[in-house]
Amino acid sequence: MALIETDELCKIYDLGGSSVRALSGVSITIERGEFVAIMGPSGSGKSTFMNVLGCLDQPTTGRYLLDSIDVGGLSGDELALIRNEKLGFVFQGFNLLSRTSALENVELPMLYGNVPASERKRRALRALQSMGLDGWEKHHPNQLSGGQQQRVAIARALVNDVPLILADEPTGNLDTKTSSEIMELLVKLNLEAAITVVLVTHEADIAAFSRRIIKFLDGSIVSDVVVKKT
Amino acid sequence: MINLPSTFKISLRALRVNKMRSALTMLGIIIGVSAVIIMLAVGAGASKKISEQISSMGSNLLMVFPGSTTAGGLRMGSGSQSTLTSSDAEAVKRECPTVEEVAPILNGSAQIVYGNQNWSTIVYGTTPPILYVRDWSLTAGRIFNDQEVKGASKVCLLGKTVVDNLFGDMDPLGKAIRIKKLPFTVIGVLAEKGQSLMGQDQDDTVYIPITTAQRKIFGREGSGITDTVRSILVKTKTTADLEPATGQITDLLRQRHRIGTNQEQDFTVRNLTQMMNVAEQSTQILTLLLAAIASVSMLVGGIGIMNIMLVSVTERTREIGIRMAVGAMSWDIRLQFIIEALTLSLIGGVTGIIIGFAAAKAVSTIAGWPTIVSPFSIFFAFGFSGLIGIFFGFYPAYKASLLNPIDALRYE
Repeated sequence: MALIETDELCKIYDLGGSSVRALSGVSITIERGEFVAIMGPSGSGKSTFMNVLGCLDQPTTGRYLLDSIDVGGLSGDELALIRNEKLGFVFQGFNLLSRTSALENVELPMLYGNVPASERKRRALRALQSMGLDGWEKHHPNQLSGGQQQRVAIARALVNDVPLILADEPTGNLDTKTSSEIMELLVKLNLEAAITVVLVTHEADIAAFSRRIIKFLDGSIVSDVVVKKT
Repeated sequence: MINLPSTFKISLRALRVNKMRSALTMLGIIIGVSAVIIMLAVGAGASKKISEQISSMGSNLLMVFPGSTTAGGLRMGSGSQSTLTSSDAEAVKRECPTVEEVAPILNGSAQIVYGNQNWSTIVYGTTPPILYVRDWSLTAGRIFNDQEVKGASKVCLLGKTVVDNLFGDMDPLGKAIRIKKLPFTVIGVLAEKGQSLMGQDQDDTVYIPITTAQRKIFGREGSGITDTVRSILVKTKTTADLEPATGQITDLLRQRHRIGTNQEQDFTVRNLTQMMNVAEQSTQILTLLLAAIASVSMLVGGIGIMNIMLVSVTERTREIGIRMAVGAMSWDIRLQFIIEALTLSLIGGVTGIIIGFAAAKAVSTIAGWPTIVSPFSIFFAFGFSGLIGIFFGFYPAYKASLLNPIDALRYE
C-alpha cells in the first residue's frame, strides 16, 4: 500500500471575489521509503501541496489517503492526531520553541501523544543522540548554531516513530556545508530507518540528494522523474 | 489526550518569562482579594461586637419612655415630661401576663466623692430585679433588698469604672461615698459589661434604690410627686412575647393615664431587642455591600488577566502554530492558556489572602477594631479568584485554539 495517494487534489482560495486556483487536479502516489524532492517557482502550488500533505490544510476537492486513511472531512483534532502519529515537519526557519531546551523541544510531540514522562526523556535523548547532539540537550535554540537547530528539529520530527517526514526548504537558512550535512542526515534516515522523506526546495543540488523529483507549475505537476534507483 | 502536569509546567514557564508583567497582572487580583478579606474580617468583627453588646444589654427587653406632652397648645419633645411612675411599673408587672420582670429607672448625672477623689457619673435609681432584667451580675457584695428600697436607704452598687476611678486597688465594700453630698454605703460591685451599642461605658455607673433617687437625689423639691421614673425596663418571658407585651403595656398605660381613643399617648414603648437585631442586620448588610464592592475590583483584575492573556496569545502565535503542527489538539492549546490564567489568578488570590489576613490583624492592633478572618472568607476569596481566572482565561484560550496552524506558523 502506498504511503501517500492523492487523487485530483484541488485547492481554491477565495480572495474577496476573485478565486485563486493553487492546486488544480494533482494526482500522485508516493510509496514507503521514497525520497522525493518537490521543485517549482514561487506560486506554483508546491507549498499548498505540502500543507495538504502535512494535514495542515484540507483540499477543496479531491481525495488524499495518508497511510490508507482518508484525510478528507476529518475534524481539526483528528488531523492533529494524524500529524502527531504519522508525520514530522522540518521547516526552513527551524520553528523550535524559544526559551525551551533542545530536549524539551524534542519531547513536544510525545507530550501531545501522551507518552509517560520517563519514556519521553529516554526517547528524546536517543533521537538527539542519533542526530549527533549528545551533550547539547540542555541548550536553548539561541545557544545553538543553525545546523544544530535544524538537527534538533529533525530529532523532533522523527521522535514519534513517524513513517513520513515533510521538509519545507530545510536548508534554506543554512550555508552550503551545513546544508549537505543536513541532507546527508535525511538520506541516512531514509535509508536506514526507512522513513519516507518529501522535501520542497529551490536548489538543484539539494534536490540531487533525492531519488525522485516532482516539478510543479501553476498548481499542476509538470514533470515527475525518478533520478536514481535505491 | 491532555497532559496536566506538563501543561502546568509550560504555563508556569510562560509566566516566569514575563515576571514583571505577571506580577502587575496579578496586582488587580491581589488588591481585590485582600480588600474582600479585610472587608469581611472587619464586618465579622463588628457583627460579633454588636452581638456581644446585645447580649450585654439583656435579652427580650422592652423600654417604656415618657412621651411628648402638650402644654397650652405647645407640644413638647418626647421625654419632656415625667409621666411614668413606680406604680406604673408595678402595674405592668402585675397585669401583663407576658411580662416576666420590670425595673423602673430614674437616672441622672451626679458628682460622687470618696476621700479626696471625685468622679462624675450616671446614677441610676432602680429596684433589685434590674440585675435579672439586664442579665447582670455582681463581682462582690449584694444588691439592695426590698426593705432598703422601701426605706430609701443610702446604699449603692458601683460599676467597675467608678471603682477604678475612686478606689483604685482598694476594696470599696463597706466604704462610704458621697453622692450629691449625701453619704452612701457601698454594698456591692457590678461585673464588667463594656461598651453599650451607643458607645457608652456601661460600667461608669452607680445603682441606688429608686426611692432614694426619687426622694433624696433627683426629687424635685416641693413638687409633691415622689414616685416618678424616667423609664421602665421590661423583660418578657420569651422573644415571641415582645410583640404582644408591647400591646398589653400600651393598653394598660393608656388606661392608667386615662388617655382617650383619639388622644395622643404620653409614653412610648420601644422594643430594644428588635432595635439591636436591626443594628446587627444592618452591619451584616453593610459588610456584604463592602465585600461586593471589593469583589468588583477582583472583576477588574480579571479583565486585566484577560487583556494580558490576549496579548500573550498574539505574541505566541508562532509557538501555538508549532504546537499544533506537532499534534496539539484544541483542548491542549485551550488548557495551556486557561491554566496560565488560572495560575495568575490563584497566585494573586493566595497573595491577596495573605496580605488581607495581615492587614486585618494590623487593623485590629493599630485601630483597635475587632476583626475576624473566617475560613469562609478565605474559601470564598480563593474560589472566586479561581473562577475569575477560568472565566477570563477562557476567551483568550478559545481564540488561541481557533488559530489556523498554517497562518500561525508563518506569523512573524
